[in-house]
Amino acid sequence: MKKLLGLLAGTALATNVAFADDSTLTIAYNVSLPSWDATVGVSAVNPTIQSIYKSVYDQYIDQNPDLSFRPGLLTEWGWNEDRSKVFMVVREGASWHDGAPVTPADVVWSLERAGKEETGNPIQFLWSTLGNFTVDGNRIEADVLRFDPTIFKWMAFLTAYVLPKDYYTEVGAEGFEKAPIGSGPYVVDEYVANSFVRLKRYDGYWGDAPEFETVIFKFLPDASARVAEVETGASDITLEIPYEEYDRLAAKDGLNGVTTPVSDIGMIFINDVGVMEDANVRKAAAHAINKDLIVDRLLRGYGVPIDTLQAPQYAAFTAETTVAYDPEKSKELLAASGYSPDNPVKFKIQTTRGFKPKDYEMIQAVTGMWKRVGIEAEIEVYEIAKHFDLRARDALAPAAFYNWGNSIGDPSTSTGFSMFGPSPHSTWDTEDVDAMIGPLWGEEDEDARIAGYQRVDAYIAENAMVIPLLQFVQPIIYRDGLSVTPHVANFLLPQNVSSN
Amino acid sequence: MARLLVTIGSIFLTLLGVSVVIFVILRLVPGDPISMMLPPGATDEVRANLERLYGLDKSIPAQYVIWLRNVAWLDFGMSTQFRLPVMEIILDRLPATLELVLLASLIALVLAFAFSILAVWLQEDSATLAIDGLAGLAQAIPDFLWALIFILAVTLFAPMMPVSGRFDPRTAQEFATNFYLLESLVTLRLDAFAELVRYAVLPALALGLPLAAGITRVLKGALEEAMAQDYVMLAQTKGKSRLAIVLGEALRNAMIPTIALTSVQLTFLIGGTVLIERQFSWPGIGSTAISAVINRDLPLIQGIVLVFALIFILINLASNELYRAADPRLRTAR
Repeated sequence: MKKLLGLLAGTALATNVAFADDSTLTIAYNVSLPSWDATVGVSAVNPTIQSIYKSVYDQYIDQNPDLSFRPGLLTEWGWNEDRSKVFMVVREGASWHDGAPVTPADVVWSLERAGKEETGNPIQFLWSTLGNFTVDGNRIEADVLRFDPTIFKWMAFLTAYVLPKDYYTEVGAEGFEKAPIGSGPYVVDEYVANSFVRLKRYDGYWGDAPEFETVIFKFLPDASARVAEVETGASDITLEIPYEEYDRLAAKDGLNGVTTPVSDIGMIFINDVGVMEDANVRKAAAHAINKDLIVDRLLRGYGVPIDTLQAPQYAAFTAETTVAYDPEKSKELLAASGYSPDNPVKFKIQTTRGFKPKDYEMIQAVTGMWKRVGIEAEIEVYEIAKHFDLRARDALAPAAFYNWGNSIGDPSTSTGFSMFGPSPHSTWDTEDVDAMIGPLWGEEDEDARIAGYQRVDAYIAENAMVIPLLQFVQPIIYRDGLSVTPHVANFLLPQNVSSN
Repeated sequence: MARLLVTIGSIFLTLLGVSVVIFVILRLVPGDPISMMLPPGATDEVRANLERLYGLDKSIPAQYVIWLRNVAWLDFGMSTQFRLPVMEIILDRLPATLELVLLASLIALVLAFAFSILAVWLQEDSATLAIDGLAGLAQAIPDFLWALIFILAVTLFAPMMPVSGRFDPRTAQEFATNFYLLESLVTLRLDAFAELVRYAVLPALALGLPLAAGITRVLKGALEEAMAQDYVMLAQTKGKSRLAIVLGEALRNAMIPTIALTSVQLTFLIGGTVLIERQFSWPGIGSTAISAVINRDLPLIQGIVLVFALIFILINLASNELYRAADPRLRTAR
């Protein structure tokens, strides 16, 4: 017994000593990684997991922390003049974690695999727009089977990872899950599902060598556990903690904080059913919400009010389109349709609770503001899986809160997919909006495409067909001695962390 | 032999019933794995393709028949989120949960027996009051709240105590099985054992405290009742000490209701791992169940529910046998 107690004390001591290890970066991470195939399945489209994928794999095209694009495994890319072909130049000197070189064959295989229905890539509809690949040295050419102006932006987005053709073919899908390799800055050393993954720096990485030799992502979905981890020094860095905790920890000796507005927005979907077919009701609902107050009071200032589905870092953002907070105007609009605080218009609003910071509280605040002008909204709490299901069936309530991520910042992946009627993600289905968005899917002139979406956003804002609320802010807490470069795409990349 | 056949038959029928219920419920509640993995821009065609790929395009009865046929060969399908066979995932994670439950039970039993015996032995109002108060507090606070309290307490008072995982991820652990605690004990790797206990103690304590309180209340009551029986008075007249009587005479009879309660509570304990494992990032079947539910991983949920059901049944059977062993009247009864 004595020996055991001694060992317990000894282990505790050893652990404390290990905390001081400067070559290891321990991240208390908010989600668990279920699968190592970054191109297939649920986790492939989960934006919060991408930080881990991006530590191990390379994407075709990469993104800077401000969302601008930069070379990844492709160093050059583009279309020919009539947009019937694309070309891609594969980086020389990149290698897989088993030492084999990354070749154009790997890139072609990854793109072809992603485009096949039987692979189950959720973005297959996009990858299948390219075909008939030819390779000449490091240059790949492919036919454009269906033109999509965003194909290269998607090459920095969900499922756009290059996997090793020979290795994957040899070990198969299950073998790859158990022993994944990529060409990114870190190699998978040990992975315990729902607990942690330990990564080791890959010395053969083509890019700048990351500073930390070992990186540990501890999977801690519970925010209080993440706070405890960073406060006790068991982890060096954490993210996505309540803003109250962020303020407390950032003010504490030995800890620092950084916040960044990220590519994730909070919005209220409007379904064009029942009372929402009345433009006066929609407009009244939009003008009655004081977004500044919500950000200041509920989110302690950590949020950026927005009036369109474009955050300031997105390609089609314009400060010209605004929706003013004007409760008197809301009352007038409602009065024109026969409603008042004594005779309110009634509908249901759905929201998640605890899925995003203060989501339920925000909707409570919104319904409170609505009540003052003559809107009585009944709140229904649903879980995110139900939201997806209802949205896919176009069965959401007249109003429904949701968050929408768009790390490539393109308007097609925000306004396009969320407001275009035929899209399964749209709850607004009207011919006028569809007629405006429709031609933009194939618009070859990039400036015209962006300007087109800005017109769509202005039209949508004017008619309150969706109510954008705010851009979320990512809080990061880290220990003294570290320097962290936050990423607008909501990533926490170990390669962007260094010691002072 | 006939009893064994009846037992096996009832297990089979129970599991079949559970499988039907869970299979149907999972497909009737809103939210399916395809909706979870549909990205912006996915067309109805993409959805149909994915449904076909995951076998969700068939009717519920047809899906059930296919699934049941595979289960008969111990093939529970592939997890949609982990992309590995369900059986492999369950076998990989179950040991962590069983060890946690085992440790929590051990803590609960040690605390319950110690406090109950102490209360009955001392026979002092103040001690009884204190023990009842502690038991009431331990029982009033649910396990997940205990977990939160411990996590906060660690921050304030014991920063060396870990709040996540089974071991320090900075150290490489070499084990032949996933029963880390048992293996390190059996192979006499005491340093590894101590490290594993250090990581397990908080989740086990959070899980075990409410159980300890429940057992304490029942055991203490049963002991007090036993101490009022004639055979105890006989023992007293023989000059035995009170502690010897409590341990030697009353405890055996007090065990019967305690066993019944413990077995029932043990099933709750296993259910409790779902939240506790998530809070402490314990890589067991409980935390896996939560992520399976969040991601609508239907094959994995079905597999886990069946395994939980089987464990519950086995615990009930084991408690029946223990009950029979503890109570001679049941052994002779037909």
